[in-house]
Amino acid sequence: MQYKMQTKNLNLHYGNKQALYNISLDVPTNKVVALIGPSGCGKSTFLKTLNRMNDLVENVHIDGDIFLDGSDIYAPDTDIVHLRKRVGMVFQRPNPFPMSIYENIAYGPRIHGISNKKQLDEIVEKSLRNAALWDEVKDRLNDSAMGMSGGQQQRLCIARVLAVEPEVILMDEPCSALDPISTMKIEELVTVLKEKYTIVMVTHNMQQAARVSDYTAFFLNGKLIEHDITDVIFTNPSNKETEDYISGRFG
Amino acid sequence: MEQQITRKAYIEELAKIQEKVVEMGIAAETACKNAIEALLNFDKNLAAEVMKNDDIIDDLLIDIEDSCILLIAKQQPIAHDLRVITTAFKISTDLERIGDHAFDIAKITCNSKKAFDFDETSIKKLSDCAVNMINMSTTAYKNADVNMAEKVCIEDDTADSLFAKTLTQIAAFNENKGISELSFISRYLERIGDHATNIAEWVIYLETAERIRKTNRLSD
Repeated sequence: MQYKMQTKNLNLHYGNKQALYNISLDVPTNKVVALIGPSGCGKSTFLKTLNRMNDLVENVHIDGDIFLDGSDIYAPDTDIVHLRKRVGMVFQRPNPFPMSIYENIAYGPRIHGISNKKQLDEIVEKSLRNAALWDEVKDRLNDSAMGMSGGQQQRLCIARVLAVEPEVILMDEPCSALDPISTMKIEELVTVLKEKYTIVMVTHNMQQAARVSDYTAFFLNGKLIEHDITDVIFTNPSNKETEDYISGRFG
Repeated sequence: MEQQITRKAYIEELAKIQEKVVEMGIAAETACKNAIEALLNFDKNLAAEVMKNDDIIDDLLIDIEDSCILLIAKQQPIAHDLRVITTAFKISTDLERIGDHAFDIAKITCNSKKAFDFDETSIKKLSDCAVNMINMSTTAYKNADVNMAEKVCIEDDTADSLFAKTLTQIAAFNENKGISELSFISRYLERIGDHATNIAEWVIYLETAERIRKTNRLSD
């Protein structure tokens, strides 16, 4: 098994408060890993350590190791902009830029130095196609992204991540603000995207974790309680707390 | 973090399904006991009662199935909860079949003009074994007792060998009088043992998530 990302004995403190305890988790290449657990269990915090989004929070202290393709992403010489290109992120609420659909997608590649119009056109089309959005928006690429539906906006955000050709996509409850049909579209998309990308997804929707992920990790009070193949977690978890949580006994 | 227990109605509904399965188990065991008693005492009234009471077992099956289907549709059960539901489906089907066999035995008594003239030792042993297997498998289910369920699986071999002996004895003693009826009864009893074994295997699955393969039974 090849691992795209690995964490080893990861501890994270916000000031004096410890939020993550000794997390060691492997993320296999081209698989979907779902992170589940009740609110405040540390799953989103953990997700954000994978592309160093927590660097933006004051008073954060992290120890332990996080590897991307075997290289420590917290090494002093890490180029954070390049890291976040390789490890992209989709947030809970769709957050398109207040500009056209086209410009939303072209923005990232431009920052990374692509200015050729033809090349940008190709990237925009390819990204929108890969995010299963092209057919819905190809005739209105110059319309504002703010006029799209929530589900379309979220797929636009996924297309925006795809435009900079990442290797890993982090998703923080990507469907929690979406209607059921849009949710299903995103889930369909995730199963297609994993052929090319490695995906780590935080979700509060247990059935979503069961449907789309290959591996599931259960967090509770900042600790990784259990992680295993999703089929095992949802049929016969070894830990009682995992069983109680996934069967809705608490949370 | 404080952990609050949730899904009270759902948990109660799961427990109700299990209670109904236990109730069905008791009904099926009673039906078998009475069917054999009716046969041995040539008690046509008791046999008729067994046949009539089969409706109760059939109604319980529909009731359990409906409850299971509703929970699957509305509650997305997983892990142990899902095993409670799938095993309720499977076990209630086996219990319904046991009820049918008791019905069949009672029907033979009802349709017979006079008591069967035969040495009842073997068939008595076989029926004791079968009834005991139903009792053990439903008790194992009720008490989540994997050890007891494993004993039922082993007991199935005893039922099979008692069945073979009973057939030989019937053939030797009966000189064609009632031989087919008694052979059928023995066969029904042997099948009851098989259904009890299925139930025991589902109990093991319910509690451990381990599947017992027919070709790899505990006694092998």
